[in-house]
Amino acid sequence: MTTTNLKAGAPARRWVYLPMALLAVFFLFPIVFMVVASLKTDRQIFADMDSLKAFLPVGELSFANYAAVFDRVPFWRFLGNTLFVTFCVTALGLIVNSMAGYALARMRWKGRGIVFGFIIATLILPFDTTIVPMVYLVANLPWIGFEGIKPVLEIGWLNTYHVQIVPFVVNAFSIFLFAQYFKSLPKGLEEAAAMDGAGWLRTYWRIIVPLSKPVFATVTILTVVTSPATWNAYLWPLMTVQSEELRPVMVGVQYFFQLNISWGEVMAYISMITLPMVAVFIAFQRSFIQSIANAGMKD
Amino acid sequence: MAIASTDRPLTAAPESPPRPRRRRGKGDFQKAEQRAGRAFAIPAIILLLLFVIGPAVVSLTMSFTNARLISPVAPEFIGLDNFRRAFTEDDLFHQSVANTFGFAALVVPLQGGLGLVLALLVNQKIAGRNFFRTVYFLPVITSMVVISLLWRFLYQEDGLINSALSMLTGGYYAGQAWLADPSTAMGAIVIMSVWQGVGFHMIIWLTGLQTIPDEVYEAGALDGTTPWQRFRYLTLPLLRPTFAFVLITITIASMSLFVQVDIMTDGGPLGSTSTIVYQIVQKGFQQQQIGYGAALSLIFFCVVLILALLQRRLTREKD
Repeated sequence: MTTTNLKAGAPARRWVYLPMALLAVFFLFPIVFMVVASLKTDRQIFADMDSLKAFLPVGELSFANYAAVFDRVPFWRFLGNTLFVTFCVTALGLIVNSMAGYALARMRWKGRGIVFGFIIATLILPFDTTIVPMVYLVANLPWIGFEGIKPVLEIGWLNTYHVQIVPFVVNAFSIFLFAQYFKSLPKGLEEAAAMDGAGWLRTYWRIIVPLSKPVFATVTILTVVTSPATWNAYLWPLMTVQSEELRPVMVGVQYFFQLNISWGEVMAYISMITLPMVAVFIAFQRSFIQSIANAGMKD
Repeated sequence: MAIASTDRPLTAAPESPPRPRRRRGKGDFQKAEQRAGRAFAIPAIILLLLFVIGPAVVSLTMSFTNARLISPVAPEFIGLDNFRRAFTEDDLFHQSVANTFGFAALVVPLQGGLGLVLALLVNQKIAGRNFFRTVYFLPVITSMVVISLLWRFLYQEDGLINSALSMLTGGYYAGQAWLADPSTAMGAIVIMSVWQGVGFHMIIWLTGLQTIPDEVYEAGALDGTTPWQRFRYLTLPLLRPTFAFVLITITIASMSLFVQVDIMTDGGPLGSTSTIVYQIVQKGFQQQQIGYGAALSLIFFCVVLILALLQRRLTREKD
C-alpha cells in the first residue's frame, strides 16, 4: 500500500461504518424479531409491534410457546429424522463423490473423458426441473426390505428414509470440487504407494484422504447448507413422505397452520430449527465462508 | 465459469512404476488401474444415471402421455397435446413464465449488485469486518422455509414492515397488506429473496476481489486516479470471471423460485406470484396430472438450459 492510497482512504474509513451498521440492522432485524417474539404471547407481540419494543425482550416473557410446540408436533422425532438424513446424505456423498473425483482426476481408464463430460453437463441442471418425474420414478423403484431377517422385494420408495437419502448422495458439483483438489496434489504419490505394495483403495484411503481434509470440509459444509435433502429439506419430503414419524423439521412448519395459528408458537418453532444451525455457523464461521469461497473459485 | 478449465489434460497417471516385490509388468499395473478407475467411479455413475438422467428420460416419455401419478389405468400416448395445452391454452402457465422471468430480471441485478457492494465494504482493511461478514451472511444459513414464514408475518397489514413505515413517515403512510395485493406481492418476494441470498454472493465477489494483487492498485494510485476510476477501470475488468459465475448461479436459482411462493402466497393473489416450478408442482403433483407436469418440466428444462448456455457464451466472448 502506498501512502497516497492510505491518505485517500483515511477519511472514508470512519464514515463507512454508518452504511455498514445500517445494513447490519437490515440483515439482523427479522432474526432478532423472531427470537424475541418467540418469548411473548400473541397479544404482546401485536401490542409491541408499533415500537422498538418488538425487538426487546420486555413485558410478560415465558417459554410457554416452546412448551406448546412440543404439544403440536413430535419435535424430537422430526429433529432426529433431519439429523439422520443429513448425516447419511453427507457421509455417503463424501465417499461416493470423492472416489469418483479421484478416479477422474488421477487414474487412467477407458471412458473417463466421457464420464467427466457427462458430469459437467449435469452441473447446470437445477434439481427442481425434474422433481415431478422423480417422484414418479421413485414411486416405482424396487428396494430390498427385511421382515425380521427374511429379505423381501418391495416396490416403491415412498414413505421411507431411503427415498430422502439415496437420490441425493451423488452430486456433480461435489465430484467436480474433489477432482479439482486431487489434481493439485503432488504427482507420484501413487507410484510411491505402489512400490510399497499398496493397492488403489489403500492408497486412496491412507494417503489421498488424509492429504485432502480441506476439500472434505468444504463439501461437507456445502452439502449441509445447500443440498435440497439435508437440513433445509422441504419440497422433496413434502412430496414423498406422508407418514409423520419419517418427516423432517422443515415440513413440520405445516402443522402450525392447520388449526388456529399462534404466531408465538410459529416463532418458537422456527427459532428451534434455526438457532442450532446459527450456532454451528458461528462456531465454524471461517470454514463456512471459506467453503462458499471455494465453490466460487473453481479455476 | 471455470468449467472451461476442465478441458485441460488431467494429471498424468503414474507410468510404469517398478514393483520389485511382485514382479509385475507395466501391463498389469495399467490393467489394475483400468479396473480400479472404473470401480471407483461406478457408484457415482449409477446414481447419476438413475437420479439425474432417469427423471429426464421419464419426463421425456411421460410428457407425450396422459399419465396420472397414482392411477390403475395405463397411460395413453397423446402426442403433443400436453405441449399444445401448455403453449396455447394454459393462461396461468403463461402468466407463471412471465412472473418467473420478471422475478429473475429483478433479483439478478439486485442480488448481484448488492452482493458486490457488500463485498467492497467488507473487503476494506477496517476493524470489525469479520463481524459484518458474519452478519451479512447469516440469512444464507437460515432455511428459506423459515425465512418465508418469518417475512410473511413481517409483511402483514399489521406487521412490522408497516409499523416501521408508519414510524418513519410520522404516521403519514401506514402501508398495506403487501402479499395480498397483486401489484406488490412479487416485489415483496423479490426483496426477501435478495435479503436471504445476497450474503452468498458477497462471499463469491469477495473471493474475486482478493485474487486481485495489491500492485495493480499501487500502480493505479501512482497515476493519480480517483477511487471510482480505479474501481471502474481496474477492479471491474479483473472481476469478469467472478461476474460470470454470479450471473449464472443467481439466474438459475431465481428461475427455480418455489418455496417462497408456496409458503407466502400459494401463487396468488390472482396468479401474480405463480411461477414455473410452482405450476409444475401444482399440475404434476397436487392435481396428479403427471403427463402434463412432465411436459411443463421439459419446457422448463429447455429454458434453463438455453439460458445457461447463452450466459456462458456471452460471458466467455468478453474475455
